[in-house]
Amino acid sequence: MLSETILEMKDISKSFPGVKALDSVDFKLRKGEIHALMGENGAGKSTLIKVITGVYEKDAGLITLQGEPIHFKAPEEAQNKGIGTVYQEIMLCPNLTVAENMFIGRSHSPVVNWKQMNEKAGQLLDSLGIPASPVQELTSCSLAVQQMIAIARAVDMECKILILDEPTSSLDEDEVHKLFKLMRELKARGVGIIFITHFLEQVFEISDRITVLRNGKLVGEYETTSLSQIELISKMLGNVLEDITKIKKHEPIVSDTSIPVFEGIGLSSAAGVRPFNFVVQRGEVNGFAGLLGSGRSESARAIFAADKVTGGEVRMKGKRVKIKTPLQAMKQGIGYLPEDRKGDGIVDDLSVRDNIILTLQVLKGFFKPFSLKQAQTFAEEYIKKLNIKTPSPNTPIKSLSGGNQQKVILARWLLTNPEFLILDEPTRGIDVGTKVEIQKLVIKLANQGMSLTFISSEIDEMIRTCSRLIVMKDREIVGELKGTELTETDVMNVIAQGGKNICTN
Amino acid sequence: MHKLTKSFSHLVLPISVMTLLIIINLIKGADYFRITMVNGAFYGNIPNILFGASELVILSIGMTLVTAASRGQDISIGVSATITSAVFVQYVLQAGEVTLLTIVVGFLLSCVVGLFLGAFNGTLVSVFKVQPMVASLILFTGGRSIAFMIDGKLSPILANDISNHIGTVIPGVPIQTPIILTVVFIALVAVLFKTTNLRLYVETVGINPNAARLNGINPKKIIFLTFLIMGICTAVAGFIAVNKAGRHDSVNLLKLIMMDAILAVAIGGNSLIGGKFSITGSIIGAYTIEMLNRTLLRLEIEPATIKVFKAVFIIILMVVSSPVVRVFMKKALDRVRTWRLSLSQPKESALSTTYIAEKEEE
Ligand SMILES: Nc1ncnc2c1ncn2[C@@H]1O[C@H](COP(=O)(O)OP(=O)(O)OP(=O)(O)O)[C@@H](O)[C@H]1O
Ligand SMILES: [Mg+2]
Repeated sequence: MLSETILEMKDISKSFPGVKALDSVDFKLRKGEIHALMGENGAGKSTLIKVITGVYEKDAGLITLQGEPIHFKAPEEAQNKGIGTVYQEIMLCPNLTVAENMFIGRSHSPVVNWKQMNEKAGQLLDSLGIPASPVQELTSCSLAVQQMIAIARAVDMECKILILDEPTSSLDEDEVHKLFKLMRELKARGVGIIFITHFLEQVFEISDRITVLRNGKLVGEYETTSLSQIELISKMLGNVLEDITKIKKHEPIVSDTSIPVFEGIGLSSAAGVRPFNFVVQRGEVNGFAGLLGSGRSESARAIFAADKVTGGEVRMKGKRVKIKTPLQAMKQGIGYLPEDRKGDGIVDDLSVRDNIILTLQVLKGFFKPFSLKQAQTFAEEYIKKLNIKTPSPNTPIKSLSGGNQQKVILARWLLTNPEFLILDEPTRGIDVGTKVEIQKLVIKLANQGMSLTFISSEIDEMIRTCSRLIVMKDREIVGELKGTELTETDVMNVIAQGGKNICTN
Repeated sequence: MHKLTKSFSHLVLPISVMTLLIIINLIKGADYFRITMVNGAFYGNIPNILFGASELVILSIGMTLVTAASRGQDISIGVSATITSAVFVQYVLQAGEVTLLTIVVGFLLSCVVGLFLGAFNGTLVSVFKVQPMVASLILFTGGRSIAFMIDGKLSPILANDISNHIGTVIPGVPIQTPIILTVVFIALVAVLFKTTNLRLYVETVGINPNAARLNGINPKKIIFLTFLIMGICTAVAGFIAVNKAGRHDSVNLLKLIMMDAILAVAIGGNSLIGGKFSITGSIIGAYTIEMLNRTLLRLEIEPATIKVFKAVFIIILMVVSSPVVRVFMKKALDRVRTWRLSLSQPKESALSTTYIAEKEEE
């Protein structure tokens, strides 16, 4: 079937100070196709779509929409022309309600008054199966729900093109399926969809075509069926990825007499986790598994005192300690990489360097600033270690690509060399190559004696790295899996059943 | 080169405004920079600006920090300085003989009062989460009456030599004392920044308080701290102002100076909703405002209309430096650049075609 082209980009170039983000890239989107845009962190994917929607002005090239040259000066113009977009960083207003976030600022707003707006929003939320109420404030929704709301906002049934920049990064399987169902419906109506993700399975499941970018240059456009996963990866990376199954999991040696690094008894927080007990051995990698909203992040935050601690007792290496603030947790050697990169992680106007040294600097003390030279050395070391793509350590972190921002936040915690590090979705938005690097790093750190708690929506990633999984449901620990029980199907079963058939110890 | 322009880009606005003002002044009279020696001290347009701006410079430093951390402004600064200086004056007056020690103790006492006033505003803002402007509205409204009470409902006169020297010149020193005090103060602030993480903490709190908290910084403490620093700034500014004036006028001392301080912060290229800041920018901004005030006087604009001129000037300034215009200018520049490129390219191709044509002729 010869399908008609709706969007065509020719010779698009875009530079930022110190980087050529796009270097004469061609891109073509056809009617009724789902077109995946793939590439490593910093390859230029987000920049390409921002050039389409007018967030950035292109330096050179031509964009045509159904044959007409277009030149949007602001993203609203693109929206008016039927291009709905979900950007990588959720751009909603936290203190408005869900319904307001869905409709305000949309030009052909289908609603005229507040009552009708809330009704419409309710219908749309229901049809997409989003567990939120229209009148709820956005801040009270989880990150995943916020992401779904951003999608609901962009999806206009009249739209011609839908652009989704990593929409699935904080969704779990169920929600991804809901989204895919929606995408297929739109596709059947002839909407062209641009889909960016780092999940290869999702690409192969849903896309018709794949365009690969590498370092701002076009590698090629392929029919999805003509590529294998390995081929796709090598096109993205420019070389072959090391076999991830070769990663050797680390099994901590735990004798009965060894004192746990961390021991929490009856921990609870204002975020509403039920009191739980949690023990971490030296050199152990464990994980919290569970569906969205099961309380994984909340438990992690309770350990670090990120939310107000409401009860419980903590022992570090057998000694009773008081942890009521993040600073106290840090001083006890606990680190926490938060789930919400934009809201809790990056300090966006500050340089990459300041973002990297921030935590270590705070630990060192207010009256003991690092010299610029020392700070620069630290920053350069981790930029190299984690392969962070940035023009210089001086660049503000906000101008880095999403995945590279994530690496900076990770670097911040690694630099403090904590005894017990909690990683909440550390690989969100990170490309396949780096994901493997991070998993290897986790195991290496454990081998060196660090204890880690790993939280991820990707079960295979957890199984590959963790020697023990704590399963959560409804904000409660419902069970634990270890050793041979750690297979993907077992974990899925336990999560689904809510831990009914396992013994809790 | 690129790095240079980058790190100084925030100073472009204040420096260009200053340059513009200097040009206007030079047109008005070429002797603008002339400095004369009167009774062993320097006088002239420039020394007058440095002298006149002392309090404003000091208060702008505090305002910059408060703005950066709390994302709002303290409008009680002039009033607070009136209270601190009232305490200073009372202490000096009750002493039988005024010695340097009296002045120093009086000054330290006024600093304590400044800290107290800063702590009052700071508590409202950091603990009770009151908007800074609203919080400082309390002192702004009631403060001058408090100062009036401290003054004993009078306008006491500081008639001692030391005060006179602090407010004007110390015999034998060619530079007016307020200028020296301001420089010392700026130097102390520089040392504070050099020896602590004040900048990193304040900027982090102003940009992302959540991230600050999760990395061990207590945003409440930092916001409180900036108000304490502001308290010291008001005490120093009040000290200079009252010694300059020689009497304590609780109604008019440093009246409405917060407007100029906020403006200095803005001219200095700082965002008024917090985050990254430049003290240097604010200091230049403060001197620029003083220069503007004196330029309008020098242009012999009628005192009644001078405020209108100032307002117009500021509006133009703010519009020119607004993000909208800046983005527009950048885009326009880019366009000119690409246009130039496209101009130069056809030329080359034209050259090559003629070259080919010549070849064919051969
Ligand atoms: N506003 C900006 N200012 C300066 N540089 C930028 C800006 N936006 C992007 N860049 C740079 O452009 C390059 C491409 O970034 P882009 O965000 O398009 O990557 P990406 O492919 O979306 O990566 P990721 O998978 O990590 O999201 C990066 O090197 C980035 O640092
Ligand atoms: Mg991106």
